[in-house]
Amino acid sequence: MRPEALTCTVRIASPLRSYTAGAAVLTARGRTLAEVLTDLERSCPGIRFRMIDEQDRIRPHMRLFVNSGEARELSAPVRSGDTVHVICALSGG
Amino acid sequence: MLAHMAGTLWIGTRKGLFALRAARARRGWKLAGPQFLGHVIHHVVQDPREPRCLLMAAKTGHLGPTVFRSGDRGRTWKEATQPPAFRKAAGDEEARAVQRVFWLTPGHRSEPGSWYAGSSPAGLFRSADGGEHWQPVAGFNDHPQRTRWVAFPTPDGEFLHSIQVDPGDAAHLYIAISIGGVFESADAGSSWTPLNEGVAADFLPDPNVPYGHDPHCLVQHPAMPERLYQQNHCGIYRLDRPGRRWQRIGAGMPKKVGDVGFPIVVHPHNPDTAWVMPMDGRTVWPRTSIDGRPALYVTRDAGASWQRLDRGLPRNQAWFTVLRQAMCGDGGERPALYFGTTGGEVWVGANGGQSWRCIVRHLPEIYSVSHAA
Repeated sequence: MRPEALTCTVRIASPLRSYTAGAAVLTARGRTLAEVLTDLERSCPGIRFRMIDEQDRIRPHMRLFVNSGEARELSAPVRSGDTVHVICALSGG
Repeated sequence: MLAHMAGTLWIGTRKGLFALRAARARRGWKLAGPQFLGHVIHHVVQDPREPRCLLMAAKTGHLGPTVFRSGDRGRTWKEATQPPAFRKAAGDEEARAVQRVFWLTPGHRSEPGSWYAGSSPAGLFRSADGGEHWQPVAGFNDHPQRTRWVAFPTPDGEFLHSIQVDPGDAAHLYIAISIGGVFESADAGSSWTPLNEGVAADFLPDPNVPYGHDPHCLVQHPAMPERLYQQNHCGIYRLDRPGRRWQRIGAGMPKKVGDVGFPIVVHPHNPDTAWVMPMDGRTVWPRTSIDGRPALYVTRDAGASWQRLDRGLPRNQAWFTVLRQAMCGDGGERPALYFGTTGGEVWVGANGGQSWRCIVRHLPEIYSVSHAA
């Protein structure tokens, strides 16, 4: 039997809150970052493609952290109670 | 005589969407917006088959590219459910991702709801449902020659733009790629051939190449679909089909002005009339108005001669840059022309650009100006 997907907290940066009805903090389920984002897409349609391109790469100005460690691949594991941070990185005017 | 037709000018900027609406007397304009403040708006286009509908190509500095749709003349917008995206790469294929949706073109009048989109890196996409779902046009995106056609990209990537759908044949398409050249399809995008004979490519080691050119803007005349005009990095050209060799009509421009620019706009009814906005392509390519004296040039004889149009424009120290989507006309017999500058000004030229006035200042960098009836 597959272990049940676990619940984590997802903190959403302001550029993406048009997809979350303004919410800065959500919960999502998944054992990897990919599964968490798939679950997030179910509740917030359209949000994933603004962060992740069609080749499943994290977009250049997006940073994803699981707790305090940056995750560079969607295969990064997520455990129950973890916090996924969606951070936007942009310079210039 | 009215100075311009009623309607709305949609202004896409680097920091959001604005609308200039013709006031009741049609001699003034009222600015509305911004909508989507902070979004990069590359193109806004009205659907001539369903004038209440508009499509908008957008992204933000952080977020991926997408398309928004409006069914109420721009009052409200809804994001595409499936934005333009390349197919998933297989094996060791190049894994391409759309960085910008750069261009939007409504499909043929016989195919309501059809739209085309061009992207950077160069990709062609089609929607059959008013822009809600987009599919890659495999005939171009997976063409075995595609990597050769776009083998000389600038660091920002190559842009696919100026998608033209032949008014007389829904399956007959033209596209332009900067840098790559002009390409034609006679079978709704299943197969493509380069169409660049006679066009200079001065920047290449071999300027006599079949592709690798830098068309900045391509227009098919709506009333005479066999006629194409092209503002290229290396001059202004005309091609009358079924011919295949472009004629450099910019050769008739004043030598001190040259024939470099981004946009080219054609008269809605007269195929011999077109307007260009020359820019400085000397030395390090400032791409500003030449010597700080902005002017348009018009031909009324299909490029045999050109006349300067600068009445009302600044006489000096005005360093405009007008991008390829940032100039348009309305549909009038003596059309008003409009252009937006990278300095955030919008200008209107009444009666085919005979006299100009600035109708708004202080907007963000303007990427596109389009007229909606």
